[in-house]
Amino acid sequence: MMDTLFFLIESFIKCGVVIGCLLTFFAYLTLAERRILGRVQIRRGPNRVGPFGLFQPVADGIKALTKEDIVPANADKAVFVLGPMIAVCAALAMFAVIPFGGTIHVFGRAVKLVIGDVDIGILFVFAFATLGEYGIVLGGWSSGSKYGVLGALRAAAQMISYETSLGLIIIGTIILAGSLRLTDIVEAQRHMWFVVYQPFAFLLYLVAGLAEINRTPFDMPESESELACGFNIEYSSMKFALFFMAEYVHMIVVASLVTTLFLGGWLGPFLPGPLWFFIKVCVVIFFFIWERGTFPRLRYDQIMQLGWKILLPLALANVVVTALVVALR
Amino acid sequence: MIIPLLKGLWLTLRRTFSRPITVQYPEERKPLSPRWRGIHYFEKDASGETTCVACGLCVAICPSRCIYLEIGERTDGTRYPMRYEIDELRCIFCGYCQEACPVNAIKLGKGYEYVKYSRQDFTLTKEKLLSMYEGKE
Repeated sequence: MMDTLFFLIESFIKCGVVIGCLLTFFAYLTLAERRILGRVQIRRGPNRVGPFGLFQPVADGIKALTKEDIVPANADKAVFVLGPMIAVCAALAMFAVIPFGGTIHVFGRAVKLVIGDVDIGILFVFAFATLGEYGIVLGGWSSGSKYGVLGALRAAAQMISYETSLGLIIIGTIILAGSLRLTDIVEAQRHMWFVVYQPFAFLLYLVAGLAEINRTPFDMPESESELACGFNIEYSSMKFALFFMAEYVHMIVVASLVTTLFLGGWLGPFLPGPLWFFIKVCVVIFFFIWERGTFPRLRYDQIMQLGWKILLPLALANVVVTALVVALR
Repeated sequence: MIIPLLKGLWLTLRRTFSRPITVQYPEERKPLSPRWRGIHYFEKDASGETTCVACGLCVAICPSRCIYLEIGERTDGTRYPMRYEIDELRCIFCGYCQEACPVNAIKLGKGYEYVKYSRQDFTLTKEKLLSMYEGKE
């Protein structure tokens, strides 16, 4: 009985801390992205609100909250409201199984630094990644706008083409680790990171991951120039901010997954585990922002071609080769 | 196909760590061109009065017709502008008034920060033109 109580308290505290950290990280990620994109374009980026622009996220948040909340006349109201909620909940829930540190001892209790150490961790993440995509599809479809529907259709098509490859790509690491539990996968990298054994899968995962979080070379559902913001065209105020939040939290989660699957998770010398985890995630996220400042958006058919004709065969080949090598060893 | 992508990444990375070319406006300013045409002012004579003789050439040449002039005459027979107003909101800063002026009375200065709260404030009267750049530069 007491054990259950302690477990509940521990879980609640961990949830609170993780969600707080994630949302703070999200707020400063928007600032970091704007600053880094500015530097890529030899500008300075926002630096007026507070020292070095550090209060910019606060100003943005207040602005988003005080805008008029519009629901279009031909929108399906219930689904319209539900869309951003699904997106943001799924993005936050994905982080629940990602380990951000080893085991620490608090008041004589061994506390694992992960909210839910489930043995199907990776499947959980993929299920919720797909669920998050539902938020985009439903949001775009329910807004009663042509652009919104086009964005939603593209989101659905892109999800199908890339989640397949994404699932195949990580099979290599799962074969090496012999487990779907993310803590086991990290522990299996104690001597050598999987990026050394699976460099090819690492690169493929970065590409497919970018497609999954709808970031710039693959931001088809949004595509400012041809769809005028696509699925979120009718959203304003906090609903838009929620979509924004979902996108960035999803980006953090994908960066955390790259860290966990290929870069050895929280493992590292000298520094404490969560700090190593944070540093690695920041490096991956820097890459995401950097490539956004570099590459233009691909055409729709090019994206489909890349997904089905290049990524999928390569991912399959990677699975076959990894399986062969592991079997013959 | 991969090499150009990497080249692009390398270029943006170098740009990221180069010095931004931003001029941070209120604190830093770009130098103005010597031929810059800013807000008008009246050239003053020794007594601090305008040298304008109210010939009306600036009114005639002004392409946007933003100059309004009422001619007055002093007791010694010289003419002077009784009312001289420039509607700065209509002015296109072409500088023709400056070129047309036979006595070099109306001139275009260097000022470009011209923000007011009401439309009336944008009408430049004779007094405003005379004291336009006082205490500046």
